[in-house]
Formats: sequence, structure tokens, C-alpha cells
Amino acid sequence: MFIKKIKRGILGVVALSLLSGYALMAQSTPPPAPAEAAAPAPAAPVPDSLAYPPGLNAGTAVDLTWPIPADSAGINPDGKNKVTQDELIQNVAHNKVSINLVWTLLAGFLVMFMQAGFALVETGLCRAKNAAHVMSMNFLIYALGMLGFWICGYAIMFGGYWNGPVPIGWQPSLGQGLSLLNKEFIVTLFGKPFGLFGYTGFFLNPSVFDTSVFALFLFQMVFMDTTATIPTGSMAERWSMKNFMLYGFWVGMFPYAIYGNWVWGGGWLAQLGMNFGLGHGHVDFAGSSVVHMTGGVIAFVGGALIGPRIGKYDANGKPVAMPAHNIPMVILGTFILAFGWFGFNPGSTLAGTDNRIAIVAVNTMLASAAGALFSCLYMWFFTGKPDPSMMCNGMLAGLVAITAPCAFVSSLGAVIIGASAGILVIWTVFFVERTLKIDDPVGAIAVHGVNGAWGVISLGLFANGSYGAGWGGVHVLLKDGVQQIINNDAAPATLKKYAELTGSGWADQGVTGAFGTLFGASYNDWSQLGAQTIGTVTNIVFIGAFAFVWFKLSNLVFPLRPKAEDEIQGLDMPEMGAEAYPDMHIADRSK
Amino acid sequence: MKKVEAIIKPFKLEEVKSGLHEIGVEGMTVTEVKGFGRQKGHTEIYRGSEYTVDFLPKVKIEIIVPDDKLDTVVKTIIANAKTGKIGDGKVFVMNVEQAIRIRTDESGEKAI
Repeated sequence: MFIKKIKRGILGVVALSLLSGYALMAQSTPPPAPAEAAAPAPAAPVPDSLAYPPGLNAGTAVDLTWPIPADSAGINPDGKNKVTQDELIQNVAHNKVSINLVWTLLAGFLVMFMQAGFALVETGLCRAKNAAHVMSMNFLIYALGMLGFWICGYAIMFGGYWNGPVPIGWQPSLGQGLSLLNKEFIVTLFGKPFGLFGYTGFFLNPSVFDTSVFALFLFQMVFMDTTATIPTGSMAERWSMKNFMLYGFWVGMFPYAIYGNWVWGGGWLAQLGMNFGLGHGHVDFAGSSVVHMTGGVIAFVGGALIGPRIGKYDANGKPVAMPAHNIPMVILGTFILAFGWFGFNPGSTLAGTDNRIAIVAVNTMLASAAGALFSCLYMWFFTGKPDPSMMCNGMLAGLVAITAPCAFVSSLGAVIIGASAGILVIWTVFFVERTLKIDDPVGAIAVHGVNGAWGVISLGLFANGSYGAGWGGVHVLLKDGVQQIINNDAAPATLKKYAELTGSGWADQGVTGAFGTLFGASYNDWSQLGAQTIGTVTNIVFIGAFAFVWFKLSNLVFPLRPKAEDEIQGLDMPEMGAEAYPDMHIADRSK
Repeated sequence: MKKVEAIIKPFKLEEVKSGLHEIGVEGMTVTEVKGFGRQKGHTEIYRGSEYTVDFLPKVKIEIIVPDDKLDTVVKTIIANAKTGKIGDGKVFVMNVEQAIRIRTDESGEKAI
């Protein structure tokens, strides 16, 4: 009783002091004039709210970096009272990099939050008896994968970033610090260089202690996390936590990083354009293949190897429905994912100063809407009701599919891609469940695997040439219907030729698909579709084989599956020691 | 004293409760239950696969009434719970030997 009184007293004092502090702060506005107001030139500063044009006072010469206050001529031995042009340039450049850095980090924070979306979608689609287990896997993958990526994933993926094929005149948007990532293991095949993996930046060691390197780490790490968490859906409700812990490190360290190096780290898939004249190389703007197909293929192999949940198929091999235990959770998770995708796709410019982000964001949301609507209508028409879980899968499928082409297609292209993804996801769910007899409780294989592939292929079909000039080091110049291709080999003669041509009316073309002209491109480029197909097949073969070997090997250390009796009871208690819903026991647990 | 046990459709609970209130019933116990009778379950489609819902959600009401009120109580329940469609539920009546109010030790009909 007495202690309670004391507690109340303390609370009261704290509340009072907070209130009085607030009152004092309120009284003290307007704040005392800053010191530089005493300087003669910018007399009597106008509050920013009254300045005209609006924002006039938001930044002035005094705000620029300066060793000595600009207007204090008296104490300035050089007597200079103006910012020099060099200093001005330096400040503008600094701000450009800062904007890009802030944009990339904020986008990365949004993508990190997608982890919550994945956790909700997957858990909601599973049964109540495994809710704590599924949720915990989605939680732990963040920690495991991140540390794996820190150990060697990032080094493998981006260690050779600086050696990749780039457009003429390209500068790294996050700053020159990225030049520290300059070690790529390259083999020569057919007389051409093939980048295989990077090898600097392990543990983010002191040799890469740089803001741009760290910003790129954050952004790429949360992407890896998306890949990593996709298989927890297809293998949900029957995956042993011990085996999963090993998996978490593996996925952060190798598969995403290696394939990612080939596409984004300057490896051989990105070099396809320069090496073999295949468009701009394998182009994947934000990761339909690098992130989603990689996760989807691992999900496919894992789901096939681990086998269906007990009771999923009846004696005749017919699939038995195991309904979602919490649809509101699934829908909330889907919306969180759709929100996070505004970081995923627009953030992949790695540049807030690249105004393309507006196009990317709009294409992204259009495709998600089309995916949701078309999957809903399809289910309504063919099964009688608009299955909520399929609507959500449809929206996610649209998002996955638009992830690669979002920067390169028109809005009509985005809607077509999203709508077809919404149908494709349903066909695939049925095909995987009924024909392949693989039990995928959340539709991860359909959403991420198949629509990831559709995303990169659709780019090769519909890209309209309005973005991505010089990507993969390939400049396609066009004038009066004549085409010239210049590969950026960084030789002075090449740069001179490029400058002359672009100066005399030759237009540099962006990434263009096989049906680009239908969407406003100047020509059709089937070779781009070729590069997209090679990237897709490579992903399926390499990631598929790698995942197969991994699951087979790790199964020898810790078996993939828990005991059958634990699975029937629900994994919450046997594996985690905590029930998600302790008060709920009426549910039939035998199914 | 009789015990009236009624299994009804969940959305009829409000109507039954106010109906009973109007005729002076002062207490009842309500439980959410699942079960099936002649109505059996029904099939639904989830992600393209059919499945049957065997146990349907119902509400069970338990009331203890004096013998002379039994008829009105049962009639009120039936009148308010009826939709005329299959699955409306059932009413069971059984004898009660004794009732005791814990607070006052009163027993018999006074305790109801």
C-alpha cells in the first residue's frame, strides 16, 4: 500500500515536470536570434514561414560548410566573404550524395518492415497450432541471415562492384566510397571475362569502413532477408527449428549473394550484353530474379524434399484443404508488404536524385492492384467466391512480377504484368498442389518463384526503351533508323566516339523488350529477352541444385522434419515451448 | 424446478435473450459450442480445394425455471430462435433436484 503511494507520487512528479517543461518550452518561443544574426549582411532574418519565394531562408550561404563564418571579414585573414565556386560545387555534390544516401537508407528501413508483413501473411495462412513456430522462424531469419550476410554474403555479392559493366559517365550514387569494393574473381571463357564472385568486405572489416559501403550493406541485407524468409512459407508447419537455424546462416552467406553478384555485383549475367551482344545483359531492376526467384526456387526444392504436412493428401492423393487460421492477419501482412514495396522498388535506384522513382512507385502500385483484382475475379468466377487468401497472393504476385520491370515499362505494361501475375499465381498454386503434390501452405513457390521468373521475362517483352541507357555497359545509339552499339570499355577512343555521336543527334536507347514498340520504344530488341531467359534458367539450375545439395547435407546434421507426433500436436509447444494461443483448445488438432 | 437447455443459432441469441427478459427470466448461462445434428456440416472451397465443416458454431443457453413458468419459457425460446430453416437447434428440458444460492444459503425456487 505504502509502496503504491510512493509509486503514484513519483509518477505524479514526473508528469508534472514533463508538463512544466513543455510549458517553459512553449513560453520560450520564438527562440533567441542565432549568433550570426549579428553579422551585417543578412540583416533581420525573416522567419522561414514568411519568406518569399517559399523556402528562401531554408538554406543560405552561411549554411554551407565554412571554416570561418563567411561574413566575419574582420576575423577572416583571407578577407574572403563569399563561397568560392569550388566550394559551392563541393556542397552541391555532397548534398546529392546525401540525398541518395538518405533515400536508400529510408527505403531500406521500409524493406526491413516487410519482414513483419511476411511473418503475418505466413502465420495467418497456417494453422493456429503452429502460429508461434511460424512466427518465430520469420523473426529469427532476420538475425541469422543478417549475420550470415555480414560474415561473407555482402563480400561475395558486392566485393567486385567496382569492376562491373557500367554506362559511360556513370558515378556511384552513394559516393565514391564504393570504389573500395574492387575485388572480383573473374575467369575467362570463350575469350570473355566472366565475373563469378567478389571477395572483399568480409565482416565489413576496416578496409571498407565507409558510409556508402555501409548504406549499400543495409539495403542489400534487407533484400537478402526477403529471399531468406520465402522458404519458411513453403516449408511451414513441418520444418524443424534446428535445421532451420543452419539454413538461416547458409541463405545469408551464399545463394542470394552468389546469384546477386552475377546480376547486381557486376558478374557474368550483367556482362552478357558486353560479352555476347545480349541487350543490356540480364536486367533486374529490384530483384524479381535476384531476390524473389531465388527465394522461390529454394522454397520449391525445400518444399519438395521435406514432403507434405501430415494429412495434406488423402489416401487417393487428393489434396485436403487446411484453411488459414487468421485471414485478417494475412490481409494486414499483405498491406504491410505492399507498403514496404515502396522501399523495395523505388529504393532500388539507390538514388533519391533519380526522379525515375516516381514512375517506379506508380508502376509498382498499379501492378499490385491489377494482381489483386484479377486473382479475385478468377477465383470468384471459377470457384464461386473471391477467396481472400488468393486475393492476397494475387497482390503479392503482381508486386513480385513488377519488381524487375518497374522502371522500364509504361503504366499499361505494368497493369498487364500485374494482371497476368494474378492469374499465373492461381494456376501455379493449383499445379504445385495437385500435379506436383508439393505442399506449399502459403503459395510461396507460386508467388515468388514463378512470378519472379515472369517479372524478368516480362521486362524482356515489354520494356519501352525509356530508361537504362548504357546499362550493362551497352549503349545502343539510334539515328534515322540506323543502329550503332558502343560498349563501354573505358578506352579514351570509345568515350570520344560516344561523345561525338551523342553530340550529333544519335539518341541513346534504354532497355528495350521484344515488343517494345507496342509500348513506345523505337525498336524491338529480342536479344534482351535472350539475356532475361538466360538469367532465369541460370537461377533455376544453379539455385535449385545448390538448395538441393544444402538440404540433403543439412538433413544429415539435423533432420528437416520434427517428430510426427509433435507435428500432429502442433509445433508450438514441442519446438518453441510457448503456445501462440494458450486459451484455445477446441480446434481439431488431428488435421 | 426444470432446467431448459437450448442450442440455437448464434445470431439468434440477442432475440432470445430479450424475449426471455420480457417474460421475467432473471438469469441464464450462455456457452459457445460447436456441433452438428441433422443439418450436418457443409462444404467450402479454400484455395481451390473442397473441405467440409463438420462442427458448426452454435450457442447453448441454460436456464433453471420454476415448474409453472416452464411452458412460457420454452415457447418464448422457440418463437425467438426460429428461422424455419434447417439448423435452428433444439430445446431440452430436464428435472432439477435442488438449487442453492451460495451467498445466502437460500434453497429451492427462492434461489433461482
